[in-house]
Amino acid sequence: MVRRPKVLADVTTTLTAWLDARIDLAALRALIRHKVVPVHRQTIWYYFGGMTLFLFGIQVATGILLVLYYRPSAEEAFESVQFIMAEVEFGWLIRSIHAWSANLMIATLLIHLLSVYFTQAYRTPRELTWVSGVVLFGLALVFGFSGYLLPWNTLAFFATKVGTDVAGQVPLVGHLLLRILRGGDDVTGATLSRFYAIHVAILPLVTFGVLGLHLFLVQKQGMSVPADVERRGQPLRTMPFVPNFVLRDVVGWLAALAVLAALAAYVPWELGVKADPFAPAPAGIRPEWYFMSMFQTLKYLPAKLGPIDGELLGVVAFTLGGLFLLLVPFLDRRSARGEPSPLFCWIGVGLVTYVAVLTLLGYAAPGGN
Amino acid sequence: MGAVWRVLVLLGTMGSTLGSAGVAAAQALPEGNMCVACHNGIGDPRVTPPAEKFAQDVHLAKGILCQDCHGGDPTSPDPARAMDRAKGFVGKPKRQAIPALCGRCHSDAAYMKTFNPTLRVDQVQEYLTSVHGKRLKAGDAKVATCIDCHDVHQIRAIKDQQAWTYPIKVVDTCGRCHGDAAYMAGRTVATDVLDEYKKSVHYEALTTKGDLAAPTCNVCHGNHGAVPPGVESVANVCGTCHGVTAEMFNRGPHKVAFAAMGLTPCVACHGNHAVQRTSDTLVGTDEKAICVSCHDTNSVGFKQAGAMRTSLDGLREAIRRATAVLEQAERAGMEVSQAKFELRGATDALLKTRAAIHLVDPVAIQTLTDEGNQIAARAHAKGVTALEDLAFRHRGLWVSVGLIVLVIGGLVLKIRDVDRRQASGRPTDPQA
Repeated sequence: MVRRPKVLADVTTTLTAWLDARIDLAALRALIRHKVVPVHRQTIWYYFGGMTLFLFGIQVATGILLVLYYRPSAEEAFESVQFIMAEVEFGWLIRSIHAWSANLMIATLLIHLLSVYFTQAYRTPRELTWVSGVVLFGLALVFGFSGYLLPWNTLAFFATKVGTDVAGQVPLVGHLLLRILRGGDDVTGATLSRFYAIHVAILPLVTFGVLGLHLFLVQKQGMSVPADVERRGQPLRTMPFVPNFVLRDVVGWLAALAVLAALAAYVPWELGVKADPFAPAPAGIRPEWYFMSMFQTLKYLPAKLGPIDGELLGVVAFTLGGLFLLLVPFLDRRSARGEPSPLFCWIGVGLVTYVAVLTLLGYAAPGGN
Repeated sequence: MGAVWRVLVLLGTMGSTLGSAGVAAAQALPEGNMCVACHNGIGDPRVTPPAEKFAQDVHLAKGILCQDCHGGDPTSPDPARAMDRAKGFVGKPKRQAIPALCGRCHSDAAYMKTFNPTLRVDQVQEYLTSVHGKRLKAGDAKVATCIDCHDVHQIRAIKDQQAWTYPIKVVDTCGRCHGDAAYMAGRTVATDVLDEYKKSVHYEALTTKGDLAAPTCNVCHGNHGAVPPGVESVANVCGTCHGVTAEMFNRGPHKVAFAAMGLTPCVACHGNHAVQRTSDTLVGTDEKAICVSCHDTNSVGFKQAGAMRTSLDGLREAIRRATAVLEQAERAGMEVSQAKFELRGATDALLKTRAAIHLVDPVAIQTLTDEGNQIAARAHAKGVTALEDLAFRHRGLWVSVGLIVLVIGGLVLKIRDVDRRQASGRPTDPQA
């Protein structure tokens, strides 16, 4: 067994004593000593929350580095990203990791959300943890949407045009929302600086707040045990959070880091062609994969369904879907009472199938990439 | 008699109303105009076309009506009074009289300025200098006058895409006479020029690319003053668009040589109506090269042609190699757009070289291609650097992955150790 060098041990002891004298580390020590993670057949799902947090950390770190060189104007945005990719030392790596990590983060966040849904971990008393998690998922989507425009390339420009058009369909406040998002009637440089502000100032601020609440609630209430495991009533094995769970978490994070590095080296994120607001929209415009099912739904909806505008109907359906997701803990009364809740399980299966099929159809549609 | 006319006019007015509704919705024919009422209402195909067509005439849009060209009294339902030659009725003018008739307004600067201060007013003057104008004056009525190119009673503004004078339509407008061998019989003008022109790069640019600046008949021959350009003026005609090339040609030795040999500048190498896209193969010493048609193998010109071709081929190849390596790097995901942009400088140098070929100065050509070669070499080097950088990234990745795997291996061992210690009740931190 490798032993820590004596000097390092001395420094650690001195530093701990120094901190202890000032901020009393006893509570933290007690928390670390007592925090445990339940061990059962579905323990693996617990790792996706930490993985998402790790990828969010990567986003923050690479995002800060990108901001050092990025210039948020229609005249300079594309060229500044080009400069980052071609001239800045390891700029290509930072940008590619930022873009890939964003996608992986949304993927792990989605897995985390679905695992919580299907294990009914949202049930009492964790309603607020669920609500804050769904809000974080929404924030991640807005992060993705706002960040997509920042390189100011053709695909991003037209995808933003389509996306903000959809926002414009929201009943009553649609036009106002569209103007707020675009900073005018059209997607212009004003939209870019607005999206930049949203992406690097507003969203991080809100996200840190909601994330803090989410982590506090997770810490306060501990890890949820799946409903069916809990109903068996048998005493559960646990493992200490430190070091057992944390070490396993770090293994996952390192694996994610290796995947990110491989993607950045072998499939660098493309920059595309600079946006030309006066050019016609190129064929095969499509959003990021996590918006594809919504995009495809809107394509299938007829222009008019009776007196109602098809697109409006789609927007109302998405809004209701989002509200359903947000309010699941309050709608699913059976799982709140600790009873099996097959209806919500099947609703979840139906929604996941719908999103998966529509996403696949979106990628299989002609004119795609 | 008067009663009969009144009935006819009534019918004519009804007909004119119906007729105007049937014509393109562009403009309404003037209400109460007896010319229109009669010509539309009588139903005689010999007299109805003017009234039918006039609904789409630019003159109607400007408020210029039948009587402004033909005279007469448009308010009278009585044809005898309406078309009284004693009161200035012109009727159908003789062909020789048409330029002067149109010129009454179109040559009047003060009057034309009331419509558009930038309109030309020298068309009739120009026309009289043309072959058409001269022959018309000499009594030949089978030549084009205003109405043969601009239509009659349905004259459209030149920017109107349906106008006979719209650039894409000019070739067919001229072709109605100049492509008709029977009509042109007895004249010295060739009638295959239209078909020839339609094979040219100019026609392709005009029709396929929609480049309205590409030359059609009137751009080279003039429109109102249409004449075949003489041998002396061809280079000037081509030079109105190909200015740099023409300037180089005029400075080079070929200008004097061509004149001495009776060769038409530009046309001697490129042809005229059927002019094709140029190629570097036109220059050189092989059988495809134009140069060898005059320069024999022992001549200085032959050697210069070979040297110029070598310079051209060298620069083209340098651009090809740089493009290939940059595209390879780009396909691999490397950012090389700046290098690709810089490479355009080499392409510009190639274009300049192609124009400078007309100077026939191998040293000047070499200077230009050297400049292009240097740009291409720099772009190529950037492409190679990008590919090396790519290889470095891949190596770096595998080193990083190796380190990560090592750390993961260490962590897995640590996890096992911790698990074992906990299972045996020992402390997890061996130093604790």
